[in-house]
Amino acid sequence: MNLWQFMLQNRGEVFELTLEHVWLVGVSTALAVLVGIPLGILITRWPRLNKPVLGGANIIQTIPSLALFGFLLPAPWIGARADRLAILALALYALLPLIRNTYAGIKGVDPAVIEAGRGMGLTDRQLLFQVELPLALGVIIAGVRVATVISVGLATIAAAIGAGGLGEYIFRGLAMVNNQVILAGAIPAAAMALLADVSLGWLEKRLAAH
Amino acid sequence: MNDSSNSRPAIEFRSVSYRIENDGGRELIHSLDLEIVRGETLILLGRSGSGKTTTLKLINHLLTPSEGDLLVEGRSTREWDPIRLRRGIGYVIQEVGLFPHFTVERNIGLVPRIEGWPADRIAQRVRELLQLFGLDPQIAPRYPRELSGGQRQRVGVARALAADPPILLMDEPFGALDPITRSELQREFLRLQEGLRKTIVFVTHDLREALLLGTRIALMEAGRLVSVHARDQFLTSQEPLAVSYRRALETAAS
Repeated sequence: MNLWQFMLQNRGEVFELTLEHVWLVGVSTALAVLVGIPLGILITRWPRLNKPVLGGANIIQTIPSLALFGFLLPAPWIGARADRLAILALALYALLPLIRNTYAGIKGVDPAVIEAGRGMGLTDRQLLFQVELPLALGVIIAGVRVATVISVGLATIAAAIGAGGLGEYIFRGLAMVNNQVILAGAIPAAAMALLADVSLGWLEKRLAAH
Repeated sequence: MNDSSNSRPAIEFRSVSYRIENDGGRELIHSLDLEIVRGETLILLGRSGSGKTTTLKLINHLLTPSEGDLLVEGRSTREWDPIRLRRGIGYVIQEVGLFPHFTVERNIGLVPRIEGWPADRIAQRVRELLQLFGLDPQIAPRYPRELSGGQRQRVGVARALAADPPILLMDEPFGALDPITRSELQREFLRLQEGLRKTIVFVTHDLREALLLGTRIALMEAGRLVSVHARDQFLTSQEPLAVSYRRALETAAS
C-alpha cells in the first residue's frame, strides 16, 4: 500500500490530526503574540529589563522540548491536560522570536522620525501606535513567521505526551517501523509549515513596503 | 500660546546649563543667557558640537535644563505640559523626519489631526500650505520616498507650520540639500517669513546662510554663547570668533 492510498483510506483521521495540529500551533502562537509583543515593547521603554527578558526567553529556547513538557507536567491546571501543556510549551518557545523582533523592529525605526514626532508633540502612546508599531510591523510579522514555522515542527513532538496532532503518525510510524505512516504525519506538517511561511512572508513584504 | 503681550521676549534663557546625566556629567551648555524677540529670526551659528542643537532641544523641552530657567511665552519649560508646549512650536530638522508610512497630506496634517481639527478644515489647511510652498497639489497622496530632497524639506517645513505655531525651531533645515535647491529654499524662507513673522530660532554652521536669513546672529562655541550681533554688526564685529567666521567666508569666496 503506498502513501497516498494510506492517507486516502485514513482521510478522516488525517483531517482530524491536521486540525489538532493547527489548533496547537494557532492557540500557542496567538498566546505568544499576546505576551511577546507587549514584552518586546516593554523592553524598548525600560532598557533595564532588556537583558533579563531576552535572556529568559533565550534560556527557554535552549531547553529540549521533551524536557520542557516534563517540567510543565506538575503545573496545576496546565498539567491536567496534555493539549494545555503542549500549547504552553509551544507558546514559550515562540516567545523569543516575537520579543526579539518587536524590540528590533521598534529600535530600527529611523531616529529622525521619532525625534520629529516627539518634537511635534506626539504623546508616547501616539508615537507608539501611530509611528513605531506601524513602521516595525514588517519586522514583527517576520517574528510571527519564524515562531509559527518553528511551532509547526515542534508541535509534532506534542504527540509524545498525548496532545495529538500530526506527530501521532510520526510516533506511530516509528514504533511500527513504517515509513509510510511516518510520512503521513510528516508531509502534511511540512506542507503546513511551508504554507505558513509563504503566506506570512507575503504579508511581511506587503507591510514592510514603507 | 497666542499671548499678545508683545513686550515680553518669546523665549528667554536665564543662566541655563545642561549636563548629560550619565556621561560623567559632561556640560553641553554653560550658563546661557539669551532673549529671543517675538517675530525675529535668531540664528544660532557655531561649529559642530558647539551646543546649537542642544539649545534648540531645550526650547521644546526635548531636553530639560540642569540649571537655570528657560521661559517660553513667559512660562518655564518645566511648568509647561511638554505636549502642549511642543504643539505650539514648529520643529524642522535636517533629516526632515517625515513619517514614511504617511502620505504627504497626512504628514502635513499631523498636528491638526492630533489636535482634533475637523477633517475638512485639515484638508483645507493642507491645500493652503502646499500652495504656500509652491508644491503641486498632486503630490498630496504620495509618500515621502517618492519626493525629491527639496520637496521633502518643503513638506517638512509645511508640516511644522500646519497648526500655525507662533514659534518655529529649525535645525540646519537646508543642510542636506544641493546648493541650487538650498538657495531656492532660502529665498522662499525669506519670502514666507516676511508675511508670517514667526519667532524663529534657526541653527546653522554656514555664515552665508546666517547673514542671509537672520535678524540677529548668536555665536556659540563649546557650549557657551560667545556673542549676539544684529546682522549688520556681525560684519564689523571685532569678536575673534566672528572675525574667523568672516575670514573663512572670504577665503571661500576668493
